[in-house]
Formats: sequence, C-alpha cells, structure tokens
Amino acid sequence: MIIGIMDHARVLARTIRRVFRTPVSNALNVLVIGIALSLPAGIYVVLKNLERVAGQASSAPQLSLFMSMSASKEAIAHIEKQLKQHTAIERVEFVPRHEAFAQLKLTSGLADVMGSLKENPLPDAFIIHPKLTHPERLEALRDELRTLPHVDHVQLDSAWAHKLGALIKFANLVIWLVSVLLSLALVAITFNTIRLQVLTQRDEIEISKLLGATRAFIQRPFLYFGLLQGLLGGITAWLIITVSMALLNSYLANLTHLFASNFTLQALSANDIMTLLLFSAYLGWLGAWLSVNLHVWRAEIK
Amino acid sequence: MIHAAPIIHPNKVIHFSQVSKRYPGGYEALKNISFEIAEGEMIFLTGHSGAGKSTLLKLIAAIERPSSGSVVVRGQNIATLKAGAIPFLRRNLGLIFQDHKLLFDRSVFDNVILPLQICGFEHRESTKRVRAALDKVGLLKREKSNPITLSGGEQQRLCIARAIVNRPAILLADEPTGNLDSGYANEILAIFKSFNQVGVTLLIATHDENVLQQFNGRTLALVHGSLTPESAAQAITGESNLGNLGKLR
Repeated sequence: MIIGIMDHARVLARTIRRVFRTPVSNALNVLVIGIALSLPAGIYVVLKNLERVAGQASSAPQLSLFMSMSASKEAIAHIEKQLKQHTAIERVEFVPRHEAFAQLKLTSGLADVMGSLKENPLPDAFIIHPKLTHPERLEALRDELRTLPHVDHVQLDSAWAHKLGALIKFANLVIWLVSVLLSLALVAITFNTIRLQVLTQRDEIEISKLLGATRAFIQRPFLYFGLLQGLLGGITAWLIITVSMALLNSYLANLTHLFASNFTLQALSANDIMTLLLFSAYLGWLGAWLSVNLHVWRAEIK
Repeated sequence: MIHAAPIIHPNKVIHFSQVSKRYPGGYEALKNISFEIAEGEMIFLTGHSGAGKSTLLKLIAAIERPSSGSVVVRGQNIATLKAGAIPFLRRNLGLIFQDHKLLFDRSVFDNVILPLQICGFEHRESTKRVRAALDKVGLLKREKSNPITLSGGEQQRLCIARAIVNRPAILLADEPTGNLDSGYANEILAIFKSFNQVGVTLLIATHDENVLQQFNGRTLALVHGSLTPESAAQAITGESNLGNLGKLR
C-alpha cells in the first residue's frame, strides 16, 4: 500500500516535471482552458447577482393602492372592508401615510430631501396581495380597483421582477449551452495535447509494453497530466473571474455611491470554486482518457 | 487453460505444437512447427533472415499470436491468453532485441531500472538490482551516460542488463551479436553461458556462423518457416540432455 502511494507520488512528480519541460505551450494550453471556463463561470456570477437583486424585491406580484389625499377615515375603512371581501385578493396591508413617510426616511437614503419637506406628501395606501398571478388578470384587477371611490392610483408592482425572473431562466439556459460547448472544447484541447505526447513517447510506450507494463502503468502519467492541466485551467478561470470582479466592484463602488446604495457583486462561493475546480480537473482527465484509449490501445499489437 | 491443452511435461517451459503463423496478405512466416524447450536449456535458433526466427520469438513473448496450433509458455497458452495477462507473462521473460530498443531520453541507469518500475519494485531494492545487472555486463561505470554515447557492443550489453535485471526465468535474444565484431560477440556469448549456468533458460536466434561453431548444444534450424528435418528430429531431445529418461524408456 505504501509502495503504491509512493508510486503515485513518483508518477505525479514526473508528470509535473513533464509540464515544465515545455512550459510555454503548456502555459498557453492552461490559459486557453482558463478563458474557456471563465466565460460560463463569469455569466454564472453575473446571473447569481441579478437573482439576488430580483430576490430583494418580492417576486410575488403585488398591487399598491393609493388613496386620494382628501379621503376620510370612513372612506378608507369602507375600502378596506371591500378589499378584504374581494374574492381575488388574498391579503391586504394598510400602510398609514405617517408610517410610510417614516420608513421612506429610513430606507431610501433620501433623508436630506425628506427632512426639508414641510409636510408629508404621501397618501394612505394599501398593499394588496392577490390570489392570482396571471399578468392579464392582474391588470383587470388593477383596472377594477381604480374605479373604487377615493382611490387615486393603483399600481401593479413586481411585474418587472417577474420579467427579470423569466430573463434569468433564459440566461440559465444560455449558461448551460455555453458550458457544454466550452467543456467539449476543454476535452478537445486535452485530447490533442495528450495525442502529441503519445506521439513523442511512442518508443517509451512500446518498450514499456514489451517489458510487461500493464495498461494502468502506461496510461497513468497521461491521465495525471490531463487532470493537472484541467485543474490548472480551472484555477486560471477562478483567477480571471476574481480579478474581473475586483475591477468591476471598484467601478460599482463609485456608481452605487451616487445612488446612496452599497451594492457589490458577490464573488464565487467556496462551493462554486470547488465545483469549478473538480469539474475542470475531471474534464481534463476525460480528454486524456479518451486520447489514451484511442491512440495507445487502438494501436495494440494483435 | 483446459481449452485444447496439450499434455506438457512440467519442466517444459516452452512448448510449440503444430504452430503456424500467417500474416494478413497470406504470407506464411511459420509452418507447422513443433518443439519443446526444457527448463535450464540453452538453445540456438538459426536460419537465414526471413526464415521466421523473429516471428517465433514474438510468439513466445505474446507479441504475436499463432494462426493455428498452440504455443504454451510456462503453462500459459499464448493463443488464448487474455490481453490483461500478457504483461505478467512478459515479466517472466527477458527480451533482448536486435535493434536494442533503448530509450535515449534517459541515462543508462534509468533504462535498466524501467522493468523494475513497471513491476513496482521499491526504489532502494531496484537501485541494488540495477547496479548488479550493470556490473554483470561491465557497464557499471557508465550508469550516468546517455546510451547514445555507447558503442554498438555496449548498447547490446545494456539491452542484456535491462533484460536480466528482473531475474527472468527465460531469456529470448534476437540476433544479439548481429553487427558486432567477433570480440564483442564472444563477450556476449560468455555472458549468456554464465546465465545458463545459474539455471536461466535461453533461446538465442542468430545467423552468426562464428557463434554457432563455438556451441555444441541443441540448435533449431528454420528454413522458409519450417524446421529442417534434423532439427525436427531433435525437437524433443532436450530432455535427454538433462538426463530425464522417464519419457524415453
């Protein structure tokens, strides 16, 4: 067992030496793999952040109903009763105008502007959670509520969040397509690298076979090489994304400061990084395995 | 090995029974060859180039498979041997090639250690064995050299060191003295005799008349893929050399 581990360690050491024997071409390979992987991984990061934004706004549709400024308390109570009895409405929240004003002061970052106002410009409002989600039915409900007395304005919220959600689903599909295509490219790159190695080491393979080398012994260094190249490519992709995110975030810091918000792009999580590295290592191994099978064993002496 | 297993005397390490080898295209390299080699024998395989000597050696090492007949090496039938078992058969054979098949991207030492790495020997033990093998062929002082810097005779001896480092039971040599002057050839022959004295079975293919004249043991002569009548008559007399009279009685 210990000898077995030592063998693997020796093969790994030899593989690493082999990588450094042709440093430029191997570095270029790793870079190509890194760039290829950073594309889908980069889109993934952007999407994850978009999803986060969309998640901050409730993704369930809401209607906001604003009363006219002149509406009396009785009129408001009457409307509330009507809304609560409405069959298409799940739940109703009443937001009194003074509460809305206080909250706006706290959250919007426009405290300076709000403080300079002489009186509260906000009306009393209801937040309506409808039972239905279909956009056309929601619009019909909105139009119906508009006709109620003392209602100034009804607004259908969160429709944009829905649209964004649909867009994210579409983009997820794009990620999948791009990932599959670029994974194939990664496999092809490793396949070709290993093919060239097999060609240059034809003698060694041939002689090893004659001296009693097993299949595992001969293919091990090639598989290790593929694995290592894939892994280094994955690390390169991770670096590319991290550097790009740092650049984008420093720009975003300026931008969001203007909007008194502190939104920053979230980098890849530890889980994402593990997945990226394992996946790229696996693809490298796969490319090497395919190549060895085609170029070493198909040429088997019969 | 139940499949068509010929009855083989336990000390027969190599057994050919009605073996033919046809290559795609119809060329018949070996025709109906039958012979046996007992453990500890040293046998020369002679014939002009193209007579089938190399093909016969390749059959023993499972580099080629017979078209018909059975080749049994150390109890294993080459015709039916699974691909996965071939490496383990070859580890019991020492192969010495006409073209040496050395690796010029590494030192003399690293060439000889290759079979031990393949078998998974521990490094310190391997080092000892490599030095012993190199000492045996007189190349110990050249262990750090690149094989390309060695003379033809030295390269041949390096090939022998690599073949014996694993301490195989059988040595197969294809034209080991080809292209060497007679001084070198005698040296190599002396090395082979010393292996034979410690019990190694040797089968040496050669067309070198000088070598054959110095040798008075059994020879197998091939002509156009067939054993000559004299050789065929000797094909199973190996056991009488060993004084095993059981079968002759």
